[in-house]
Amino acid sequence: MKFRKFLYSEKTAPYVFALPFILSFCIFWIYPLISAIVMSFQDIGAISSEWVGFHNYAKLLKDNVFHTAMLNSFEYMLFSCMLLIPFPMLFAVLMDSNLVKAKGVWKAMLYVPALTSVVISGTLFRLMFSEYKTGQMNVIMTMLGLSTVKWLKIKWTSEIALLLLCCWRWTGVNMLYFLSGLKSIDKELYESADMDGASFGQKFRFITLPLLKPTTIYVLTISIYAGLSMFLESYMLWAGNSSPNNIGLTIVGYLYKRGIEKNDMGYACAVGVVLMVIGLIINFIQLALNGSLKKEEE
Amino acid sequence: MSISTTSVKKETGGMRVKRNIGTVFATGFFAVLSCLIFFPIFAGIIASFRPGIELIRRGLSVNLDVTTMNLNNYNYLFSGNADSKKYWMWFKNSMALTLVTVVLTLLICYFVAYGITMYNFKLKRVLYFLVIATMMVPFEILMLPLYKEIIGLKLIDTMAGVILPGLCGASTIFFFHQYMQSLPRALLDAARIDGANEYYISVKIMLPITKPAFSAMAILCAMGAWNSMLWPLLVFRSADKFTLTIGLNTLLTPYGNNYDMLIAGSMLAILPILLIFLCFQKYIIDGMTAGAVKG
Repeated sequence: MKFRKFLYSEKTAPYVFALPFILSFCIFWIYPLISAIVMSFQDIGAISSEWVGFHNYAKLLKDNVFHTAMLNSFEYMLFSCMLLIPFPMLFAVLMDSNLVKAKGVWKAMLYVPALTSVVISGTLFRLMFSEYKTGQMNVIMTMLGLSTVKWLKIKWTSEIALLLLCCWRWTGVNMLYFLSGLKSIDKELYESADMDGASFGQKFRFITLPLLKPTTIYVLTISIYAGLSMFLESYMLWAGNSSPNNIGLTIVGYLYKRGIEKNDMGYACAVGVVLMVIGLIINFIQLALNGSLKKEEE
Repeated sequence: MSISTTSVKKETGGMRVKRNIGTVFATGFFAVLSCLIFFPIFAGIIASFRPGIELIRRGLSVNLDVTTMNLNNYNYLFSGNADSKKYWMWFKNSMALTLVTVVLTLLICYFVAYGITMYNFKLKRVLYFLVIATMMVPFEILMLPLYKEIIGLKLIDTMAGVILPGLCGASTIFFFHQYMQSLPRALLDAARIDGANEYYISVKIMLPITKPAFSAMAILCAMGAWNSMLWPLLVFRSADKFTLTIGLNTLLTPYGNNYDMLIAGSMLAILPILLIFLCFQKYIIDGMTAGAVKG
């Protein structure tokens, strides 16, 4: 009876409710996170593991393939942020204006790519960027009077394919984020700006942009993380984890290659830890620059 | 779709013409953009009516020649032969995985969020912070140790091994938390005075009024589970447990002998989630944007 009373008290209840999270946090988050860090200092064998100190990290410093992967991931992150923030924002502003008819239809159409799994979208894009002259992109090149391209065998054209795939999947999603951000802006601000004779550009610069900031920061944060940890898109675009001269190799792709394909868990974990540290640093810089850390302290 | 009628009244004729031109351009812009966005799927649908070997030989491009189109690929998928049995098994596995994931995730995340939101207790802020913290580390980093852990727990090649690590999804908890903050806490006190216990209140009083949040999260969660690939790829080993994403992936051999099944199967795989999306799209928009507005 006493236990029952304890369990039913208002003091105990929140802990009972939160228990699954606490368990899941310990078992499936903090434990693997700490293991990842510990394993990155080890040479993991089939039977026993050996402590090797910073050896894995020292090896990473000299590993050219890893540098290629880092460069690829950074490039992808940078370009995807440059494409997937301004354009969806402008689309959202246009969509939010009362100039557009049948908004529901366009919003749904733009969202559809996000519903497809990477296996399907990646395969469709791989086949459209086929090097044959009958692949869709080369058909377009021919129509424009240009020569055909071996899209997925050249660094910069394959980057175009990757970025197009990325934009294809996320433009609609990001536009919805910005749309919901726009909804929270008080319409009276625009009305009073109208009365003062503000131009469209001025309204965008002085009302929309600053008030969209929380949404922009949110989208930027998820884009940075998604960009840095991109893997499946490149995995599907080259139908496997290897691309000519590693032009499609990303940090996570390398982690997968070393950890799963080559069973070198310690080294792969070092790759993961580097990725985590880079991600956290970039995000802290970004949040500090945007001043949102200060806001939380207030 | 709202056309502001008040401002239209004040407009002069010239302005209205200008406005109409703007409407044509803006709407036309989105029509073109939508067509571009839909194009790859359209190309896929068209290609699914032709022999898969063409994809290997020619790549994918839209060829609207109706005379060479046929239903062979789909007939093959529904023929009941070994390949089609394999496909529908993946389909069934995906359905099961999605259903179990959605039901368990929503229930657990609801109760966790309820605990964190509705009570003032010592660890409240700490727990809230931890929920946010778990969002700050990409899953890919935890993937390898988690994989080892799942092997150690003897959960490899089981549905539990795929589902358990993601059950307490931080974003789902976060969304429920955001939603519940707007609900009146006085309701709880009123129920307590009536003698209801804490668990009764959470199930019988709060859960029903949280329904809109459930719909939004159910759809997003279903989308995630249906399309999840990386983690199931690691955990599932035996072919009879594969889901659609992994199964379709196995068809991507360099010989392309199974592209008939790949292209038609891919198009069919989009269908269930597309239908759910079309039915519930207004909830999706509420659900996915919960985190974005408040930052």
